[in-house]
Amino acid sequence: MRGGDLTNGATGRIEITDLGMVFGRNSRTVEAVRRFTLMTTPGEFVALLGPSGCGKTTVLNAVAGFVIPTVGRIVVDGEIITQPGADRGMVFQQHSLFPWKTVLGNVEFGLKMRGVGKKERKSQAHAYLSLVGLTGFEHAYPRELSGGMQQRVGIARALVNRPRVLLMDEPFGALDAQTRLTMQELLLGVWREVRTTVLFVTHDIDEALFLADRVAVMTGRPGQIRDLVEVKFTRPRAAEIIATPAFMVLKARVLAQVREESARTLSGPRP
Amino acid sequence: MATAPNVGMVPFVGAPAAQAEAPALLRLAGWRRPALRVLSIGLFFAAWHVATTWDVDFYVRFQNIPTPAEVLEEAVALFGSAAFYVHILASLERIWLGFAIATTLGVGMGLLIGWFRFAEDTLFPPIELFRPIPAVAWVPLSIMLWPTERSSIVFITTLGAFFPIVLNTIHGVEGIDRQLVRAATSLGAGRLAIFREVVIPGALPSIVTGLSVGMGVSWLCLISAEMISGQFGIGYFTWVAYGIVKYSQIVVGMLVIGVLGMLSSALIRLVGARCMPWLPRRVRDAT
Repeated sequence: MRGGDLTNGATGRIEITDLGMVFGRNSRTVEAVRRFTLMTTPGEFVALLGPSGCGKTTVLNAVAGFVIPTVGRIVVDGEIITQPGADRGMVFQQHSLFPWKTVLGNVEFGLKMRGVGKKERKSQAHAYLSLVGLTGFEHAYPRELSGGMQQRVGIARALVNRPRVLLMDEPFGALDAQTRLTMQELLLGVWREVRTTVLFVTHDIDEALFLADRVAVMTGRPGQIRDLVEVKFTRPRAAEIIATPAFMVLKARVLAQVREESARTLSGPRP
Repeated sequence: MATAPNVGMVPFVGAPAAQAEAPALLRLAGWRRPALRVLSIGLFFAAWHVATTWDVDFYVRFQNIPTPAEVLEEAVALFGSAAFYVHILASLERIWLGFAIATTLGVGMGLLIGWFRFAEDTLFPPIELFRPIPAVAWVPLSIMLWPTERSSIVFITTLGAFFPIVLNTIHGVEGIDRQLVRAATSLGAGRLAIFREVVIPGALPSIVTGLSVGMGVSWLCLISAEMISGQFGIGYFTWVAYGIVKYSQIVVGMLVIGVLGMLSSALIRLVGARCMPWLPRRVRDAT
């Protein structure tokens, strides 16, 4: 049905090689990320999981092009990343919609930037709004929507550009537990349709394991990959899998690592 | 078009809030409060009437102050004469010109100063230098600078409105959420598009506040300048009325200034609200 016109083909290969990120100047520097290497295959769903302050958002911002790597390089489909671009869609944690634009205006934004005509913009925006279940809210302003609905607009707004990769920075972190679960299921449904590569930052173990094909567990700062966990549950996944024994086994393994890293971050010397 | 998986069952949380039915007490207050406000104004006029007809002299002296009835009579006479409109129109033209120039310069420079470091370094220092000088203090120099009375008064009016407009615009630009700028760049916006789509609308609420304040200040400056150096205008009219012992005309002049000032502020608020439909009503009214 829709699959044909929304998918992006086999693009979205992210190659992060020996990424190092150092912030600050002179003696007051903070090393956020060190020797971080990660490759994704096109259409893969990868979660970056780690304690807060471990540099996972920094990695995401570097792929987005918001920050420039201190060392190492990031390549998406053969192109070295030097600046932000519409080929890498970003969904922020919250409050990233343009408050002065309606839902439709927000979703159309990327198309408008590409010079797509008004009529075509509208019809494409409608398709993506329907994909995230927001038909009928085109003319609402962001402040009139709940947090979950705002995030759906954010997802539609990024996807309308048909990005090679979708970058998500704790997109459901500010939502209540029930809405978060609903949004996770919605995201999987949307992803099954668009089949773009997803790099998903979270500190929620259940979320990472429920959504992703692979979970990259990160160390405390400076962030490195500590473990790459393959999550082999069949798709489509239902929320119930998080209560299965197989899920628990994986969760126990990841939890032990995350706890260890959190403890190390708290007790360790100042970076 | 088919619904995406899982989407159909999703309940819409927090749809645009339904208007709650107002409790009975509030509905009663709905007409009681305006009534109280009208009563309050009525009491003011009553006090004015009593003080002036009884010629109250209690440190503050009311002997020479016209009664409300005298003022009303004078107003009727003045609005019947063409000469009075010449003064009003002269003032309105100066306000309109001065405010339009101040808006153009203030918003334009404010956007540049707020967004571009080079503009901040080159344009902002002189603004900081001249800002502490009240516009009225410019009157003598302005008379020397400008060839006509009209242009020198417009200059003063512009100067008064300019500072609040430029400063509020800068403030608005500096307050723009950087995440929105990032969002725009990741959606393919270039530098010009960011300026047009994010910086300008993001600064708009603050700009409208600046215009509102600027309008008040420009009236203040206009009336002061007209009183000092004018040959026309409602400020000049009010000052001359004092000189020729037409005390009722002073009060009519004051009231006209008040009403015009109020109307021009209301106009700014109306235009501001029209330009910013995304703001909740109470926020729009507050600017």
